[in-house]
Amino acid sequence: MSFWRWSGFFDYLTNPFILGGVATTIWLTCVALICGLVLGFFIALMRRSGMAAARGMAWFYIWLFRGTPLLVQPIVIYTALPQLGIRFSVVQAALIGLALNEAAYLSEIIRAGIEAVPEGQTRAARALGMTERQIMRYIVMPQAFKVIIPPLGNSVNGLLKTTSVTSVISMEELLRRTQVLIQEQFMVLELFAVAAIYYLLLTTLWDFIQRRIERRFGHSSSSVALTEKR
Amino acid sequence: MMIEITGVTKYYGQFEVLKNCTTHVDKGEVVVVCGPSGSGKSTLIKCVNALEPFQKGSIRVDGIEVSDPATDLPDLRSRVGMVFQNFELFPHLSIEANIMLAQRIVLGRTEDAARRQTIELLDRVGLADHATKFPAQLSGGQQQRVAIARALAMNPLAMLFDEPTSALDPEMISEVLDVMTGLAREGMTMMIVTHEMGFARSVATRMIFIDRGEIVEDRPTEDFFSHQQNPRTAAFLGKILHH
Ligand SMILES: Nc1ncnc2c1ncn2[C@@H]1O[C@H](COP(=O)(O)OP(=O)(O)OP(=O)(O)O)[C@@H](O)[C@H]1O
Ligand SMILES: [Mg+2]
Repeated sequence: MSFWRWSGFFDYLTNPFILGGVATTIWLTCVALICGLVLGFFIALMRRSGMAAARGMAWFYIWLFRGTPLLVQPIVIYTALPQLGIRFSVVQAALIGLALNEAAYLSEIIRAGIEAVPEGQTRAARALGMTERQIMRYIVMPQAFKVIIPPLGNSVNGLLKTTSVTSVISMEELLRRTQVLIQEQFMVLELFAVAAIYYLLLTTLWDFIQRRIERRFGHSSSSVALTEKR
Repeated sequence: MMIEITGVTKYYGQFEVLKNCTTHVDKGEVVVVCGPSGSGKSTLIKCVNALEPFQKGSIRVDGIEVSDPATDLPDLRSRVGMVFQNFELFPHLSIEANIMLAQRIVLGRTEDAARRQTIELLDRVGLADHATKFPAQLSGGQQQRVAIARALAMNPLAMLFDEPTSALDPEMISEVLDVMTGLAREGMTMMIVTHEMGFARSVATRMIFIDRGEIVEDRPTEDFFSHQQNPRTAAFLGKILHH
C-alpha cells in the first residue's frame, strides 16, 4: 500500500456520501445558528431584566454551557437524558446540543451589542413615547447589529467546525462520514485531506459572505462612533 | 395649568437630589430653570415626563398624574416634547426618518401625513435641504434643530429643554436659540434648563433657581433679574453674568 493515492483522493473529493456529509454540516450550522440566535436574544434580555430571578437563570445557563466541554453536551442529551425518560433522535440531540451551546455564546455577544448603544438613545426614544418593545426594535437592535456582526461572524466560523462534535453521537455530518469511510477503506490521509478541504471551503465561503454583510451594514458606523464620543 | 409640580422629593439611594420642589408651568408660559452644576435641574425636568421616578410628591401634566402606576406613560410622553443636551438623534436613520419614526409608530400617522409634517418642520428650522442626510453629516447646531423638529412633529402640549445649547460651539448657539425664541413667540409652553441668561431674559415669563435640590427662587423674569431675594441666587447670577 502506497503512502498517498491521488486517485483515492480525487474519488473521495466527489464522493456523494462525503458530499452528503457536507450538506448535513451546512444545514446543522444554519439551524443551530438560527435557534441559537433566537434563544440567545431572549437570554440576553433576561440578563438585562429587572427581575433578579430572570437574571439569575440566564447567568446560570451561560455559566453551565460555557463551563462544560462542548463534547459532553450532546452525549448527555443523547445518552443520559433518556434515563430520565426524555428521548431524542440523533438529529434532535445534535441540533439541541449545538443550539443550546451556541445560544450561550451568542447571548453574550448580543448583550454586548445592546449595551454598546448609548443610554441617551433609549431615553430619547422613550421621551418620544415609544414603548420598550418599539425602542428595542427600531432604535437599539439596528445600532447593536453593527457591533454584533463581527463577533457573530466569528462565531459562525467556529460553529461550522463545531458541528463535528456531534459525530460522537453518530450524527452523519462531514467528520462522521469521513471516519466511517476510513474504517472501511483505510485511506486515512486522503480522507482527512478531503474533509479538511471541505471545512476550509466552507469557512472561506463564510468569510466572504461575512465581509459583504459587514460592508453592507457597517457603512454608517462612523455615526455610531460619533454619538458614543462625547 | 400645563405642568404642576407639588412637593416633589427624589432620592438617588441615600442622596436627596430634589427636596420638596413645588412649581408650575401654565399654558403658554416659558419657564427657565437655572442653577449650579449638580443642583438637580436635569433630574427635575426628567421627572416631568417620567424618565426618572420620584419618591414623594406629585407631578401633573395636563391634569394627568405622572407617578400614578395606571398612567399610560408612552402616551403621556408622546404629548410632551423633550430636547437633550447631546441631541440624541438616531444615528442609523436619516434626518427625515428621525422625524418620521415616532409619528408613524407612536401616533400611527400615515406615511404621507408624517412626511408632510416632517417637511414643514424641517423648513421651519431651516434644514429643508438636509432631509436625506444622516445625523453625522450635520453640525451640532443643525443636529439640535433637527432634534427640536423631531419633538415638535408630535404636536406636543409642552416642550422640555435640558441645556440645549451647552454642547454647541459658540457660533452655533444662536441658531438654536432663534428657533426656541420663535416657539416662545408662538405661545408654546416650555420648561427650559439653560445658562443663556440673555435668552432667558428675553423669552422667559418666570425664572426658577435651584440649588442643592431646592427651588430657592421662583419669580417673574424682570423681578428675578432686578433683585434677588436669596444671596445664593445673587452669587450664582454674579458668577454667570460676568463671564
Ligand atoms: N443616576 C444617578 N445616580 C446617582 N446620582 C445621580 C444620578 N444622576 C444624577 N445624580 C446626581 O444627582 C445630582 C443632580 O444631578 P443633575 O444631573 O440633575 O444635575 P444638574 O443640575 O442637571 O447638573 P448639570 O448642570 O451638571 O447638568 C448630582 O449631584 C448628580 O451627581
Ligand atoms: Mg444637567
